[in-house]
Amino acid sequence: MKKFLLSLLAPAVAIVFALAVASLALLATGTNPLDAYQLMWEFGTTSTSIASTVNRAIPLYISAVAVAIGFQMGLFNIGVEGQYLLAALFAGYVGGSIVLWAPLHVAVVLLVAIIVGALWAGIAGVLKTTRGVHEVISTIMLNFIAFSVIAYLLFNNFNNDPTALNLKTPPLPESALIPNLNWVFTALGFSEPRGTEMEGFLFIAIAVGIFYYLLVDRTRFGFELRASGLNPGSSLMAGVNPKRMINITMLISGGIAGLVGLSTMMGNLGAYTQDFPRQLGFTGIAVALLGRNNAVGMAFGALLFGFLDRSALILDLNDIPKEVVQIMQGVIVLSVVIAYEVVNRWIATREIKAAALATREMDDEAEAVAA
Amino acid sequence: MTDRPLAVEMIDITKSFPGVVANHDVNLSVKLGEIHAVIGENGAGKSTLMKILYGMQAADEGTIRIDGNEVDFRSPRDAIADGVGMVHQHFMLADNFTVLENIVLGAEPRSGIQLDFGEARASINQLGETYGLDVDPDALVETLTVGARQRVEIIKVLYRGATILILDEPTAVLVPQEVDELFSNLQEITGEGETVIFISHKLDEVLQVADTITVMRDGTTVATVYPEDVDTGQLAELMVGSELPTPETTESTVTDVSQIAVSGLNAENEYGRPVLTDISFDVHRGEIIGIAGVEGNGQAELIDAMMGIHPITSGSISLAGVDITAWSTKRRREAGIGIIPSDRHRQGMLLLAPLWENAMLGHQTTPPFAKGPWINRSGARERTTEIIERFDVKTPGPDVLAAALSGGNQQKLIVGREMIAQPGALIAAHPTRGIDVGAQAAIWDELRQARADGLGVVLISADLEELIGLSDSLLVIYAGEIVAELDPQEVTPEVLGAYMTGLGEVEPV
Repeated sequence: MKKFLLSLLAPAVAIVFALAVASLALLATGTNPLDAYQLMWEFGTTSTSIASTVNRAIPLYISAVAVAIGFQMGLFNIGVEGQYLLAALFAGYVGGSIVLWAPLHVAVVLLVAIIVGALWAGIAGVLKTTRGVHEVISTIMLNFIAFSVIAYLLFNNFNNDPTALNLKTPPLPESALIPNLNWVFTALGFSEPRGTEMEGFLFIAIAVGIFYYLLVDRTRFGFELRASGLNPGSSLMAGVNPKRMINITMLISGGIAGLVGLSTMMGNLGAYTQDFPRQLGFTGIAVALLGRNNAVGMAFGALLFGFLDRSALILDLNDIPKEVVQIMQGVIVLSVVIAYEVVNRWIATREIKAAALATREMDDEAEAVAA
Repeated sequence: MTDRPLAVEMIDITKSFPGVVANHDVNLSVKLGEIHAVIGENGAGKSTLMKILYGMQAADEGTIRIDGNEVDFRSPRDAIADGVGMVHQHFMLADNFTVLENIVLGAEPRSGIQLDFGEARASINQLGETYGLDVDPDALVETLTVGARQRVEIIKVLYRGATILILDEPTAVLVPQEVDELFSNLQEITGEGETVIFISHKLDEVLQVADTITVMRDGTTVATVYPEDVDTGQLAELMVGSELPTPETTESTVTDVSQIAVSGLNAENEYGRPVLTDISFDVHRGEIIGIAGVEGNGQAELIDAMMGIHPITSGSISLAGVDITAWSTKRRREAGIGIIPSDRHRQGMLLLAPLWENAMLGHQTTPPFAKGPWINRSGARERTTEIIERFDVKTPGPDVLAAALSGGNQQKLIVGREMIAQPGALIAAHPTRGIDVGAQAAIWDELRQARADGLGVVLISADLEELIGLSDSLLVIYAGEIVAELDPQEVTPEVLGAYMTGLGEVEPV
């Protein structure tokens, strides 16, 4: 229990600090911060906003999990961006080109996305293990390549109507769409969200989170993954093959990344479009940092980012610069990273001191017995 | 001579780290303008002493005087300011910089805000001429030979105004011709009045170049001698101690069943130089084979090769008669090869993970730690508690971070996790390094007991008491080769010291 409370200390400190910085920014633009926060809170807690917040959080969460898997063994997958966009394009095209029994159809779309994402990320893994190319470099480059490949395919091969202003893949048939969750609001006695459908992909995101937790914390593979991240030399002696770990980790990370874009595509959007949501891969890195690679922590991080994004919309309508929210997001991530370092070091020192004290007492006892 | 102050005087230096006393009552007097060798086995405390002199570590007790003045160095910067410079064993040069840039790095000559390379080049050429240190200031460091890089390191130190040079095992990386060149450089340097402190464990080199020799053993200085008064045999005896422990007269449990064997093993380092040459030995069930040798003579590569980590160029490894040369590390471990690595922090532990995770490291695929693809947390905790009790690991419980334990207790955990798994073969590198005498005896008993039960052990150690006390047979490794096979019952310190330092057979004096 004490440990749990301690683990909340760092994010709490970070959020308070971020609020303080954002308040200064608001003051500098001549706005009363309290008014702004009140506006955001009131607007952000309506049913519609909650649905929208969840919709924003789902892809961010999946993206964060994809990044976090790599972080666990010291791999930095910056390529989630390219991986999810490419995966969504292929999944959208395949899904829109066939009609199947609904559950199977959904499964096919998910599978295509996972495979494309995994293969694309796998390139970076192979480059690292065979040629020693750092994954940061290769995934950044693979992002650019992915963007161009997507533009080419969408323009030439995968579109539904080449004359359309907004090119898109063939629309997903009903059987490939995941029903929305707006009934949850009415079932709980809240008003139904208007103009927004809370995406049913939420369950898949939760499943991804559970998968991540079990994989990392409960399996042999996860142990070897964390061990390689903590100490490559010791892991090598323990029979962990670092190259194999890198390749598998990149595949899993990419496979999960492949799912990032699907919540929107299989919910509100219904196809891969030219203006498909971007930046989710990069923001996912921030969310992974914010949640410290912890399955639950990243969920809170994603919801916080979703909430801030959504509630920022009201600021514009009141002539308050909504960039304040972006400042806040940035400061939260930075201060979480710093606060965690400070708090964790403090906790570790405490623990080490306590252990040292305890063992010293044991020694003293042993000596007393011997005497 | 006598009225001139000593260049370096270290009096009653003591330094301890948690759990280990690295130096105690060390006394060192270095005369002005001499080459003073400090010799001793690995772990004798030479490096710690030099780090104290160079201000990298502070002594707990004792006095240091430089040119007669008492000093208190807080950092290498302070040491350099008083004329003490150090050439590290591992060069600290930027490969893609020129010699000139490397030398001035951190001490850049400026005129205004501009770097003044002209002046620096002049003074480097001047230094090169005075001391016979021949390097091209404009050559890129990456194009230089190892010997030339070392000259750059030496000039770097002289450029900063050092008059007392500490060289940490300077010959370890050099080929014989480069060694000769280095020695003539050192003689020119001392000829100009500077002082050189030279750390080594190679007896012949020391006798060849040093004016005075101080011998360290077990963290303290045991003698200061002049090369003309001693021969290699006496020096070796000073280094390893005059009395070797008598092996325990336990009954031999050696069987004729091969447990782990290597045959004709050859391996190269990343630069293609041989690091293991034609190594062959056969450890039987119930046998402990000790490998003696000064650290850095191929022991690490041998362990890695046996574990399937270091690639081999030829030869084979077998476990209980089965050829495992092509097996992965994990398969070898699962087949029952236990390993107590030489560097527990780098190769044996996850410091920031709890003890129970450390206890499963290397055994993560087998019960009680694993249940199919899953980790069995309760099984792992129980096993860890068992290790803690049986091997007397001092800890509040299995959930504390490994970093919270003292080095000795970490070592006990490693030994415990390997022994409790009842391996068929065990590679044990310094199994009792850094742990107290009582626990050491307990671990030795465990090893003897396991040997009696049929365990085959390859024991690599710098502790001669351990080697002689446990081994059924003693091999000496030098420069990647097995140079002798000795009977631990009959070996003398002179003979062992001579083989370990590469002198081969010495005539008894």
